[in-house]
Amino acid sequence: MPESNDSKAQALDTDSQGLEEFDAGAYVERIINMAQNSDVHLQHISQQFNTELRDLRNHVLVMGGLVEKQVSDATLSLVNADTELAQFVRQTEDDIDKLEVTIDEECTRVIARRQPTASDLRLVMGVAKMVSDLERIGDEAEKIAKIGIRLTEEGQAPRGYVEVRHISNHVGQMVHDALDSFTRFDLDLALRVMKEDKAVDTEYKSAMRSLVTFMMEDPRNITGILNIIWVLRSLERIGDHSRNICEHVIYMVKGKDVRHASLEKTEQIIEERR
Amino acid sequence: MNDSMTQTTAHQETKSRTHGIDISAIERSAEDISIEQETIALQVNNLKLYYGEKEALHGIDMQIPQKRVTAFIGPSGCGKSTLLRCFNRMNDLVDGCRIDGRILLEDQNIYEKGVDVAELRRRVGMVFQKPNPFPKSIYENVAYGLRIQGINKKRVIDETVEWALKSAALWDEVKDRLNESALGLSGGQQQRLVIARTVAVKPEVLLLDEPASALDPLSTLKIEELIHELKDEYTIVIVTHNMQQAARVSDYTAFMYMGDLIEFGSTNQLFTNPVSKQTEDYITGRYG
Repeated sequence: MPESNDSKAQALDTDSQGLEEFDAGAYVERIINMAQNSDVHLQHISQQFNTELRDLRNHVLVMGGLVEKQVSDATLSLVNADTELAQFVRQTEDDIDKLEVTIDEECTRVIARRQPTASDLRLVMGVAKMVSDLERIGDEAEKIAKIGIRLTEEGQAPRGYVEVRHISNHVGQMVHDALDSFTRFDLDLALRVMKEDKAVDTEYKSAMRSLVTFMMEDPRNITGILNIIWVLRSLERIGDHSRNICEHVIYMVKGKDVRHASLEKTEQIIEERR
Repeated sequence: MNDSMTQTTAHQETKSRTHGIDISAIERSAEDISIEQETIALQVNNLKLYYGEKEALHGIDMQIPQKRVTAFIGPSGCGKSTLLRCFNRMNDLVDGCRIDGRILLEDQNIYEKGVDVAELRRRVGMVFQKPNPFPKSIYENVAYGLRIQGINKKRVIDETVEWALKSAALWDEVKDRLNESALGLSGGQQQRLVIARTVAVKPEVLLLDEPASALDPLSTLKIEELIHELKDEYTIVIVTHNMQQAARVSDYTAFMYMGDLIEFGSTNQLFTNPVSKQTEDYITGRYG
C-alpha cells in the first residue's frame, strides 16, 4: 500500500535521468501518515508518554525527509550546475543541525522523565543514534553541494557525471528505504538496504577505476576528477550511514546489536521468533 | 515544485526558496516551559513554620503556577508535607504549630484574620496517602461535600456526582453500583473516589500528599494519568517520595532539604541539569 503512492521513489528507481526536486513538506506529511499505522510504541496508559514518543518519531521522520531531499538536491545541483540549488542545500543544512539538537534534547528528556524500558528504551536509544547518522548524511550532501559550486565557478564540465548520477540514485534509494524501514519497522527492507550497501561499495570501486583511467589519459583532467572522486566518496559514505540506520532499526525491533555481525548472522536474527 | 518558476525567480530571491517544513515550530514544541510565563496561583512569601520552639520551615519563598502540576521532592522530614499542609491551613489543627509569613491565594493572604477556613479548604482541596472514603455509599461519598454546602436539589447532586466521577476516571467502573459501599472498592478505585469527592466541590487547587504510595503500579499509573488530565482545570501540588513519579507527572519540581527550598525549576531542567549540587546528589541517589 505505501509503496504505490511513492512516486518519488519510483522516479529514482526507473529513470536515472529523472532526478528532480521534490516538495519535502508534502513528502514528510505522507510518511508521517504512513507511520500512524505502526504505532507499536503508543499504547501506554500515560497519554503524555504516547504523545512524547509520537512527537519524537515524527520529528525523526521530518529530519529524514529533509535529509533525503538534501541528497537528491545536492546531486541535482552538481549535475545541472545549479548554484542556486546548491546554496539552498547549504542553507537547509542549518535546519538539519537544529533538528539534530532538538531531537537529542527530546531523547534526553524522555529518558530523564519516563525511565523508558524494553522496546521504548530501544526506540529512544536507537533514535539518538539514528539522528547522528542522519546529520552526517546531511553533512555529506552539503559537501557535494559545495563541490558543485566550486566546479561551476571553475567552469569545468568534467567526466564522471554518469557515475555520480548512477551512484547517487542508488544511495538516494537506500536513504529512502532506510527511513521507510524505520517508519514501518520493516526488517526485510532494512536487510535489503544493508545488502545494497555492498553493491554500492562495488560500484564505487569500479567508478574509481574508470576515473583513474581518465586521469591517466589526460593529466589536465586531474583537478576536476579529484573533485568528482570526493563526491563519490561522500555518496559512498551516505550509503554507509543508511546501512547504520537499518542496523539501529533492527536493534529497536529485535533488541540485537548487528553492527558488527555478518549479513548472514543478521538475516538469522531477523528470522528468529518471527 | 514548479521548476520553471523557481528558475526565473531564483536569482532575485534566493531567500524565498523553502523546503516547506517549519523547523521553528518543531523547535518551539520542544522548548521548555518557564515560571516567568505562568499565571501564579499561590504565592509564598518568607514562610516560617514552628512546631513549638523548633523551626521546621526556614523562610520559604516560592510561586505555584496555575493549572500546572508542581511536585515537592526531598528526603523524609525535609518539610515538604508540612509546606503542602500550609496551603489549606491543615497545620492549624496541630498543637503548638505557629506560622510566620504569607501565602497569597489570588492576592488574599490565607493567614489573615477573618479568613473563612472552611471556604479556604473548599477552594484548596486535599487528598492523602491512604484512601479515606467515608463508610457510606459511593454516591454519598461524592455528594457529601455538596450536601454540607447546603445543596439539596437531587438533579444538581446527581449531575455533579456523575461529572466528578467522570473527572476522576472512575465513572465507567462504578456507574452500576453507585449505592454500594465505597469500602468495597479496590485501593486504587478508593483513591480515585476520594479525588472525585474533592473535585465535586469545584476547588481551584488540589493538594495531593503521596496519593499513590499505597497503590499497586497499575493503579499508580492510572492516578498519574488522572493528574495529567486534571491539570487542565486545576492547579495541582503533589508531594511524593517517588522521584520518578515527580519526573513523570509534574511540570515544575521543588527540591526541599531540612526545611529549606533548595531548588525550584521546570521538571525538564531539574531532572536533566539541576543547578544545585544538593539537588543533583539527591536525584542521582548520591545523597547521604
